[in-house]
Amino acid sequence: MLNYLWSGMLAAGLIWAAVFGRLGAVTQALLDSAREAVELGIGMLGVMAFWCGILEIGRRAGLIDWFTARMEPILDFLFPELGRRHPARQPIAVNMIANILGLGMAATPAGLEAMKQLAADAKVLEDGKSIATDSMCTFLILNISSLQLVPINMIAYRSQYGSVDAQAVIGPALLATFCSTAAAVLFCKLVHAKKAVRRW
Amino acid sequence: MIAWLSQILVPLTVGYIVGFGLLSRRPVFDDFLAGAMSGLRTVGEILPTLIGLMAAVGVLRASGLLDAIARVLETPAAWLHFPKELIPLSLVRLVSNSAATGLALDLFTRYGPDSPVGMAASVLLSCTETVFYCLSMYFGSIHVGKTRYAVPGALFATGVGIAVSILLTC
Repeated sequence: MLNYLWSGMLAAGLIWAAVFGRLGAVTQALLDSAREAVELGIGMLGVMAFWCGILEIGRRAGLIDWFTARMEPILDFLFPELGRRHPARQPIAVNMIANILGLGMAATPAGLEAMKQLAADAKVLEDGKSIATDSMCTFLILNISSLQLVPINMIAYRSQYGSVDAQAVIGPALLATFCSTAAAVLFCKLVHAKKAVRRW
Repeated sequence: MIAWLSQILVPLTVGYIVGFGLLSRRPVFDDFLAGAMSGLRTVGEILPTLIGLMAAVGVLRASGLLDAIARVLETPAAWLHFPKELIPLSLVRLVSNSAATGLALDLFTRYGPDSPVGMAASVLLSCTETVFYCLSMYFGSIHVGKTRYAVPGALFATGVGIAVSILLTC
């Protein structure tokens, strides 16, 4: 799927650029984006290393276990196929809490760790690629539905651009985030229900 | 109040966790170093995905294909009362966070952040994530080939977010 998405994006862009004579601009964009990605990666190195370090302190001191325990009912509801002792539960809980608080850079390492733990359950195909599990799909769909309560960056941008009421975005954003997350949960539950019915 | 809260959120989280570690008599700096090392490795692991993906997005934008798609979508968008100023933003939001932020700031300059378009852009960016970037990064990190219903689910949730942000503000 990613192979087709990625090559499709490249092919569509290149063909379109060739037809409309924009190959020069595309070449430039290709090199610039690759450099930009490395710059982003270097920027991420600092923040990710810092947050991973802080989270490791919290994990080894037992703080994260405590938070995960508070999240158990939610995790049971969202990931019924993960048993109570599944090693992915903890990083999933950390990722969700960090996302809700808007600490995106602390959420990413926990999210990657959660995927690594979930990968142990996935069926591996002959070519070494695996099939996404229900937990992976639910986790990513929820993540992408956005969980952040207060859009801190957006408030900053708005006041920078001369908004008279930069924080006016909070109310509608909260409602919209709630709706998109509810839609995500509903979608996953419907897919699972459909599968259960078929099995029955 | 909210601005103040968001300002103290990071220092508070860091202080709380480090303080908790100290009170639990943990070697906090050693723990920090171990975690930071794994963080560096994680970035190294996802960097190839980032480079490949951002290069493809760069090609797509520079080729003018995204603008062309946005123009084609103007007519069906008008039936749905979808403001045409927001079409490029909604499309770019699926693939690139920095590009979407750039487009939103552009809308702020042109229409003002408090105009209906500016508000819709603010809410839209706040209630959605970079769909394909997230999917590629997370699935790519563990070599998943078949993503099953993750893409339709993510697009559905994002679509609901976009629809609600426009309903609330325009």
